[in-house]
Amino acid sequence: MQRKSTLALTALLAGCAAMTAGDYRDRAVQTMKADFNERGQAKLDRLDQDETQTLCSRTPADGAPDKEVAARIEKINHDSVRYPADGKLLGDWREGEKIAQSGVGKQFNDNPKAPAGGNCYACHQLSPQELSYGTIGPSLRNFGKIRGGGEAVQKYVYAKIYNPQAFTACSNMPRFGHNGILTEEQIRNVAALLLDPQSPVNR
Amino acid sequence: MTKGLMGALAVLVVAAGYARAQSDAGTLKGIEKYREALADDNPADLWEARGAELWSAKRGPKGAPLAQCDLGKGPGVVKGAYAELPRYFADADRVMDLETRLVHCMVTLQGFSPAEATRRPFGNGSNRSDFEALAAFVAAQSRGAKMSVSLDHPKERTAYLLGEQMFFYRGGPHDFACATCHGESNKRIRLQDLPNLTDTKDAQRAYTTWPAYRVSQGELRSMQWRLNDCFRQQRFPELKFASETSIALTMFLARNANGGVFSAPTIKR
Repeated sequence: MQRKSTLALTALLAGCAAMTAGDYRDRAVQTMKADFNERGQAKLDRLDQDETQTLCSRTPADGAPDKEVAARIEKINHDSVRYPADGKLLGDWREGEKIAQSGVGKQFNDNPKAPAGGNCYACHQLSPQELSYGTIGPSLRNFGKIRGGGEAVQKYVYAKIYNPQAFTACSNMPRFGHNGILTEEQIRNVAALLLDPQSPVNR
Repeated sequence: MTKGLMGALAVLVVAAGYARAQSDAGTLKGIEKYREALADDNPADLWEARGAELWSAKRGPKGAPLAQCDLGKGPGVVKGAYAELPRYFADADRVMDLETRLVHCMVTLQGFSPAEATRRPFGNGSNRSDFEALAAFVAAQSRGAKMSVSLDHPKERTAYLLGEQMFFYRGGPHDFACATCHGESNKRIRLQDLPNLTDTKDAQRAYTTWPAYRVSQGELRSMQWRLNDCFRQQRFPELKFASETSIALTMFLARNANGGVFSAPTIKR
């Protein structure tokens, strides 16, 4: 009897003391919210997550989101895509190349009034002339040459840049249109860099 | 130094020229050569020397040196201390990294207020930071030591698990987490190799090479600075110096590097 109650108490204490992964997560979020200073355009609300960010903040123990969660993420992000009202999906690939090269924008030391870049080369190979490209994302060399440039492809590329998580839950790629990093005009220009037959990406 | 750097720059220019005609492998080889050439002379020595002076200088309202500061291996023991940080300190009843502990000693031994002590975490030209000099000095006394960060104390374990959650926390306009760039092996951003900080070998290679003299900035930069600048690029607000978040993240990174041989201060592009 004595032994049994001691065991029960131990179990109770362990239960009280042990923090679950969710507890650590909540505490980490609280801690972070107290540990940053607003600076420039980077206000503290940048630490507030939307549903997608919450569902995609996963430790190795959490693993990849299961099918249902992934489908939910892709649905809410797909619903967020806004195509240009005039239906024009491709712009000027030369402007697109400049946007792909530029990494400025949204950092606390950046001018909030200057247009942001897409920084595509940080993660992707695009034009063969640019040797300094990253490998976090797949190579986009010959993107349009391989896929053609029909309306369905144009719509896909526009939406993919606007919100990549419409197609790939928890993608590393920023949601450029959804989060207001690039304007409609800028997204069109980047889409042209990928799809225009004259673009160096396809030559 | 000048000769070493000139040679290094020449290698870089040559590397850039060759790269056009050559494959990625050629480019990476050129970068590797540049790094080797840089290692010849390291201006980090200047920060290390100033840190040694600061360590023994009588300063603050109490006119005392830091020399009796306990970095975890006993008062005044600097050798090997950095390779075991962050750690739990019973006198403060919390986990501290190097910077937090230095602030603690500046307050308790030298009589500075916490605000005075943390006035300038990072240097900029003639506005020099005492912390970067002290970090260079203390870190250098762990050269050759194996990273050995403990999780024996419950608060050490908590700090590590909080750091892990923070590492995978996605936020801001770009949805970036630390893990976006540092959660997979064999990736680069532009031409810069990205260490996978969840992988033992990569974490060891990365953590044991900070602080570093950054050629592009002409400054010695600490791991604290590295964290701050990562958050800037993550599009987050500004990380507070010596905050719980920086301690927890440092704990996560340092512990993941356990077993690696400490070799900083180094020199980096």
